Amino acid sequence: MTTLLQIHEPGKTPVLHEGAQNLAMGIDLGTTNSVVAISHDGQPEVLLGEDGSLLVPSMVAYGEDARAFPLVGESARQALLGEPESVVSSVKRLMGRGAEDIKSLAGTLPFELAAGEDGDNDGGMVRLKVRGRTLTPVEVSADILRALKIRAETALDHSVERAVVTVPAYFDDAARTATRDAARLAGLEVLRLVNEPTAAAMAYGLDKGAEGVFAVYDLGGGTFDVSLLRMENGVFQVLATGGDAALGGDDFDHAIAEHFLAQRTKESTPHTLTSDEAKTALMSARLAKECLSTADNGEWMIDAGGVTSRHRLDRETYQFLIAPFVDRTTDICRHVLEDAGLKPEDVCGVVLVGGSTRVPLVRQRVAELFVREPLADIDPDAVVALGAALQAEALTVGSDSLLLDVTPLSLGIETMGKITEKVISRNTPIPVSKAQEFTTYQDGQTAMMIHVVQGEREMVDQNRSLARFELHGIPPMTAGAARILVTFTIDADGLLTVSAREQTTGLEQNVEVKPSYGIGEDDMARMLRDSMEHAKSDMTMRLLAESRVDGERVLAALGAALSADGDLCSEIERDHINQAVSRLREAIAGDDRDLIHSRITELDEASRLFAERRMDRGIRKALEGKRVAELTAGDSSSPSGEEKNKNSDDVAAAR
Amino acid sequence: MMDKAIKNLPTEESGEVHGNNRAADAVPPSRTPSASVEPVTPAGVAACWSCHGPVMAGDLFCATCEAVQPPRPVDPFTRLALEPRFEMPVDELDRRYFDLQRCLHPDRFATKTSRERAISLALTADINAAYETLQDPVKRAIALLEMQGVTIHADGCNTMSDPVLLMEAMEQREALAEAETSIQVESIAAVAECEKADCLEELAGAFGTNDLSAADRLTTRLKYLMKFEDELRAARVRFSQAP
Repeated sequence: MTTLLQIHEPGKTPVLHEGAQNLAMGIDLGTTNSVVAISHDGQPEVLLGEDGSLLVPSMVAYGEDARAFPLVGESARQALLGEPESVVSSVKRLMGRGAEDIKSLAGTLPFELAAGEDGDNDGGMVRLKVRGRTLTPVEVSADILRALKIRAETALDHSVERAVVTVPAYFDDAARTATRDAARLAGLEVLRLVNEPTAAAMAYGLDKGAEGVFAVYDLGGGTFDVSLLRMENGVFQVLATGGDAALGGDDFDHAIAEHFLAQRTKESTPHTLTSDEAKTALMSARLAKECLSTADNGEWMIDAGGVTSRHRLDRETYQFLIAPFVDRTTDICRHVLEDAGLKPEDVCGVVLVGGSTRVPLVRQRVAELFVREPLADIDPDAVVALGAALQAEALTVGSDSLLLDVTPLSLGIETMGKITEKVISRNTPIPVSKAQEFTTYQDGQTAMMIHVVQGEREMVDQNRSLARFELHGIPPMTAGAARILVTFTIDADGLLTVSAREQTTGLEQNVEVKPSYGIGEDDMARMLRDSMEHAKSDMTMRLLAESRVDGERVLAALGAALSADGDLCSEIERDHINQAVSRLREAIAGDDRDLIHSRITELDEASRLFAERRMDRGIRKALEGKRVAELTAGDSSSPSGEEKNKNSDDVAAAR
Repeated sequence: MMDKAIKNLPTEESGEVHGNNRAADAVPPSRTPSASVEPVTPAGVAACWSCHGPVMAGDLFCATCEAVQPPRPVDPFTRLALEPRFEMPVDELDRRYFDLQRCLHPDRFATKTSRERAISLALTADINAAYETLQDPVKRAIALLEMQGVTIHADGCNTMSDPVLLMEAMEQREALAEAETSIQVESIAAVAECEKADCLEELAGAFGTNDLSAADRLTTRLKYLMKFEDELRAARVRFSQAP
């Protein structure tokens, strides 16, 4: 186990040599299982555990000692039998969600929830109670991610700090932010959140050289996504996506478990399950599900309230139980086809992703809908992680391929009467930025409330509330006179930022809002402090890295300027600049962020006159070029008229 | 402290989704300070934010240090480096769009400085908005008209000042409402499709000869025809679901 000792001391990171610095992994953080992969020269591979296993069960077992490392993966799964009270599973379903979103089994939740003191409504995330500890789903996910990081580092014999993490395409802003925070807590820098079906398409398309429109049908343990993509010359353009962030194989387990429990109540006295019994009942149901993918029937046991009961189940009954869920997925597929303006026959292939696509009924229904046999020639459990690894390599080393994704859910704001007004519609390519103008409705009003929601429903209450924020400092004016421009930006990770500006007075008031999902920055800071290996290094290391990148950028830019316009620089001036350059280099080699910044300023100052002379030369050249152009252009059109037009365009555009 | 009665109330125009969204598209998204643009000299030269040397306004990258440059407000055609014409071959539009995304997408800047990432985000958001505008013939026509100084009413979708068009629209809607079989729907659809093709051709002609009032009128007509297409789609779904 010497490899594990190689995890470096935080704060003492040497500047890594280039190859190692580029090391970035792809992580599929699944509801039931997680996978980590890495790509080198466009060849992705799954990083196996020391026992040769591909999948890491997304389960965490917390021991008595709160300071000890929890067990993650297969060992946690085994602990489920002996001490179910210590094991947390399917936590992905809870990411960024409130207690009202959790599915119960016969009225009992397979989790013990902590009493929500701080008002669990309005986007507050659930908190789990495990062995006297209160944990957020973010912390549990972070434990899984830490285990994946160690798996990767053991396999590669090198530390890995950066990752592409996949999320269901249909994840909303809260769930995405929660996932990002979990990675941060695990000491990982997330290069990008990539949608699972998009990652799968990338792995599939690059491997098989597929071209045309493909559907990716991704049914995992807890989430369902379907995406339609156009693949062409390494471009993966998502045309439309749809799904359900709470629909998956877990629902099959629940349906079977409910069926078994209903049989029990018929035969014996009713009994209210404890949450541990609910966990084991779901485990039996899961075994039944997996077995019935190949076998025609079988018998399973449920142990609860001191009574062990036996339950027979055949394939036909099983399929009857899960059919409603499978039908929901095909309905969603139809809607997505409609959104993209495509018919099933326009699709050249259907790629199956996710463990739940092993269920024969699922394959059958998908084949019927798209009138073709679906493709599953890449392991549906590994394909997402492989795509994430490819993307991680593309982001760090570079690549010819390009992912163009869309936002899965419409974004809107609350207007009068609690009606949602859409600002950005679903399936809009990201990044996207849209502005809306607001005004006051009362004389002298100096503040207003903006409520941002995500979802397709007309009423605000039926959509997910992302953020409520107040704009202050509006100058008092008559009603309707103030003009406040609010801009909604969704970045390449699918994450939202809102900024606002009062326009009429010229008083620029920029407010930037990041939606929160129940865990604020303070909570995050506390959790980061509490997480052992990344005491306070996380933030400082990241800022230092950013400053180094900026310093390198300044050096490169100056180098380019000197080789282009070096003649504008006197001997003395050049000496002066060179000194500042070496001083900046020294600072970059050290780990004092402030020093890097002050040396950058110093270098800027040393090269300021040189830059001014370059500007003068540039303007002179441009004017000369213009004069020549005017002389040769003749008088067929009036350049002054064109100029005017152009100006008025600018004004119109800026309004 | 806030005022007593605080409610967000959109302006009258912003209550109308169509008009307002279009206006919003034309507004350059407000940027984080790090993506702000440098002033341009009369000669069309600006200072590169990275190497502080000259860079031509509108250039995507600095010719000297290769740093990506923040976007300036431009019309969607300029944004995608296309001629401002109504005819828009899909292949060409896609090719330009992909070419620009290939070098400007945030994925290309994942390991660069935060300023470069902010610029890439702002630029690609603009490119996506321009792509969306140019893909849609109505939005494209409106963009062309606005570039020529013609203002389009925000509620253009609902008001039809052209009595001929109004009559025609009413008749078509009535026919669709009375259709009882999918064959009837299909025949209405076939007529509408021809009309749309004609309208597109006429519109291209009007823009070609710079006949702006004809272009304005035809744009309203096209808007109606596209909306009718949606209604036809809904009718088709209705008939396909009925046994």
